[in-house]
Amino acid sequence: MTETTEAGTAQAGTARTPAIGSPVRRKEDDRLVTGQTTWTDNVALPGALHMGLVRSPIAHARITGIDTSAAKAMPGVVDVFTAADLGDDNVKIPCVWPVTDDIVMPDFHSLAVDKVRQVGDVVAVVLAQDKVTAEDAIENVVVDYDPLPAVVDMEAALADGSPILHEDKGTNQCYTMNFPCGDYEAAKAASDVVVSRRFINQRLIPVAMEPRAVACSPMGTSEEYTLWSATQVPHVLRVLLALSTGVPENQLRVIAPDVGGGFGSKLQMYREEALALVLARRLGRPVRWTETRSENMVATHHGRDQIQDVEIAATRDGTIKGLKVALTANMGAYLQIITPGIPLLGMFMYNGIYKMDAYDFSCTGVFTNTTPTDAYRGAGRPEATYAIERIVDELAAELGMDPIELRRKNWIAHEEFPYQTISGLTYDTGNYEAATEKALELFKYDELRAEQQRRRESNDLVQLGIGVSTFTEMCGLAPSRTLGALKYVAGGWENCTIRVLPLGKVELVTGTSPHGQGHVTSWSQIASDVLGVPVEDVEVIHGDTARSPYGMDTYGSRSLAVGGQAILRAGQKVVEKAKLIAAHQMEANPDDLEFVDGAFRVKGDPEKSTTIQAVAFEAFTAHNLPDGMEPTLSGESTVDPADFSFPHGTHLAAMEVDTETGKATLRSYVCVDDVGVVVNPLIVEGQVHGGIAQGVAQALYEGAVYDADGNLLTASMADYLLPTALDLPSFVTDRTVTPSTTHPLGTKGVGEAGTIASTPAIINGVVDALRPYGVNDVPMPASPEHVWRTLQAAKAGGAA
Amino acid sequence: MHRISVTVNGTTREGEVEARTLLVHWLRDSLGLAGTPIGCDTSNCGACTVLMDGRSVKSCSVLAVQADGSEVTTIQGLANGEWHPVQKAFKECHALQCGYCTPGMITAAVDLLGENPDPTEEEIRHGLEGNLCRCTGYHNIVKAVELAAGEMREAAK
Repeated sequence: MTETTEAGTAQAGTARTPAIGSPVRRKEDDRLVTGQTTWTDNVALPGALHMGLVRSPIAHARITGIDTSAAKAMPGVVDVFTAADLGDDNVKIPCVWPVTDDIVMPDFHSLAVDKVRQVGDVVAVVLAQDKVTAEDAIENVVVDYDPLPAVVDMEAALADGSPILHEDKGTNQCYTMNFPCGDYEAAKAASDVVVSRRFINQRLIPVAMEPRAVACSPMGTSEEYTLWSATQVPHVLRVLLALSTGVPENQLRVIAPDVGGGFGSKLQMYREEALALVLARRLGRPVRWTETRSENMVATHHGRDQIQDVEIAATRDGTIKGLKVALTANMGAYLQIITPGIPLLGMFMYNGIYKMDAYDFSCTGVFTNTTPTDAYRGAGRPEATYAIERIVDELAAELGMDPIELRRKNWIAHEEFPYQTISGLTYDTGNYEAATEKALELFKYDELRAEQQRRRESNDLVQLGIGVSTFTEMCGLAPSRTLGALKYVAGGWENCTIRVLPLGKVELVTGTSPHGQGHVTSWSQIASDVLGVPVEDVEVIHGDTARSPYGMDTYGSRSLAVGGQAILRAGQKVVEKAKLIAAHQMEANPDDLEFVDGAFRVKGDPEKSTTIQAVAFEAFTAHNLPDGMEPTLSGESTVDPADFSFPHGTHLAAMEVDTETGKATLRSYVCVDDVGVVVNPLIVEGQVHGGIAQGVAQALYEGAVYDADGNLLTASMADYLLPTALDLPSFVTDRTVTPSTTHPLGTKGVGEAGTIASTPAIINGVVDALRPYGVNDVPMPASPEHVWRTLQAAKAGGAA
Repeated sequence: MHRISVTVNGTTREGEVEARTLLVHWLRDSLGLAGTPIGCDTSNCGACTVLMDGRSVKSCSVLAVQADGSEVTTIQGLANGEWHPVQKAFKECHALQCGYCTPGMITAAVDLLGENPDPTEEEIRHGLEGNLCRCTGYHNIVKAVELAAGEMREAAK
């Protein structure tokens, strides 16, 4: 690896091996590999009532009647509620990102009022003594619907005469955002070549392996409600539930126990969470619900779903002058937590790693009779990276240039950092040359190009394509002032408290909320280096608002990039206080002490030393502390990040495409990522692997499909094609290390990088394989059918 | 209701079940063996995989009455004094992230190695095709099964 510096936390003169940078095996795994797990569905709640949700089978209809009498009469059914029955308890599901002043924000009630607007909309809730009875009772709630025409196509929804979802608003247009940077028309006029494409970034379903679940008990140890949820955001959820339901925030404890993946889909306040709380309050009994997979496919938010009209302008020598991006983004039927903001998280990133004179961005959000969209791994940045990396390849083809060569000509050179991009962000560091060189070498780029040439010349039925993606993304969401300027209603800070307990063990309380990322291990490694204690002596506490009261949770690759800074600072505060105690007890000047490997030593007097554990005991007994010092040894920090961080990398895919069947096969995949300083290389590689798999899945396998009436045709795992072990190869992953300069640990974030980078790499490879046939785009997923049809159209002379 | 008797993780368990009760629901709800999770309702994901008479089955696709008289091993009964080599290898190779697919993935791998002690990468990928993982991209799962296979062959010598 190209290590430019080591982590900044290891103390000078240390004898111990730093924990940061070491592939420590995960602490989490002991429970997970033996089945000793606490998923929300495993939380025991004696006497809990089970919710069953009566969901609409119709995408758009007026509710003309609901008869709950048969369900109520069933043995074991405790009650059934409609919107009318719930009254004020039928709380609205919030959207916290009104992206423009004139955004249309329709009401979104827990139970549908008068109308349903998507398949899966909830019209009534059953409470029964057991789950089976609740499911049986759902069948006995009779709902009369007066069907209305549905609209699922975004452009149809914007056209005159379209059915209107929210009639009180009079339009299906949610908002339009314009973000012009520089003079695009002037840049275009100064160009020789203009390439335009319409890319469809298809709708995806997140499908975390653990379906959602919620359990709420009104019987805590005090006047409080305890709510367990399979959520990524226990802290955000508490605030939103308190705002929505009126339960005082200090009487609501939200716990995210073991959570089985999220990928953004558990970043939400869902109607089921609100219903569990208000019904537990109303009935004074515990209430619980676990989603079936079939519910998950329609009721948990979806991702992506954009039409991207992209135009790039360049001079004949390959100098990019300008980029124009016009998005149409599908909101679905309602706005959920940050639905309208997702396309705008990509707004700053369509220019990618490239220099240009002008960039013109616009986005129109549209309501359709579909499941709401919201954050899905990458959230706006995969869409941006797809568009720019695809259009740069198209420009290369137009110019007859090698795609790597065109990128080299236009990317920000490593000596130009920090660099303010055309969209206004300042990239602190990067070294695209180093990552690309390393990737080309590992990939054997030149050999593969030679093989490609041979296959083309021999008219091989299986053609070889080489896909390139040189991505960057923004992590570390986010400086709170920036979020405020973007009309996002919350901040982007993170909190950590570190306590050294009387006997020397460490408790680290974090506001991040892991659901597979291995924070317990990585956070222990950071604390280990800062405090000089063994990794196994650190216990990480998370995901419970009573035990970790402050936090902004886990999404957007922010946990290490932001939370890591709070860990570092909290640990430094502990050491600062401990040093004063140690100096007092050794009768030395604090400035004469050095802290190495967990021990305070008087410089030049090696006999005089004490450990941080011994200091912790002294802080506990408090018999001999400096005058005025408070007992106990702990440090708390809340860090607002100075800026985003910008991981980057070069991903290369070798695609074999069977020109007779249309089957595209990923033969090999090489990536070199630069995510800055790495705390745990094992975990980082795992994140990259999983990220690549999800990006490849968008390119080759997955896509949510609705029929014209708004029925989701891919509504089960049998119909929505998730890649299996047989569908993916092993990946070649490597790294360069260019530390972030805006983050004190030098880290950048890695959770979404693989997903952001890989989708365009795959499609660029498929298109590259078929370029000799006149193909210049392939719709995603590049299934055999899509590829075959594209090829037939191209052979028939039509543009793809 | 039907009376069944099943040896679960080495202990004989008896119960009254409805004909429609799935094995996974009986394990989780009646026996409290919540280490076996449920990931879908179409028998695609494999999260609920357990061993029945030594062979892997998706316990959502087996009726509890069908398990009558059989021996069932779940993730919670796999360790015999010490962890099974597949469990060890999953931790060693970082073959899990959120861990939700892990009980099924590990039991499926145990069956796979029982059938084929020295599988190729292709054979491992084929053997685990019925178990979905959303976190790892399968890369480290394949590595873990390779490692466990080597350890088990070594131990068998």
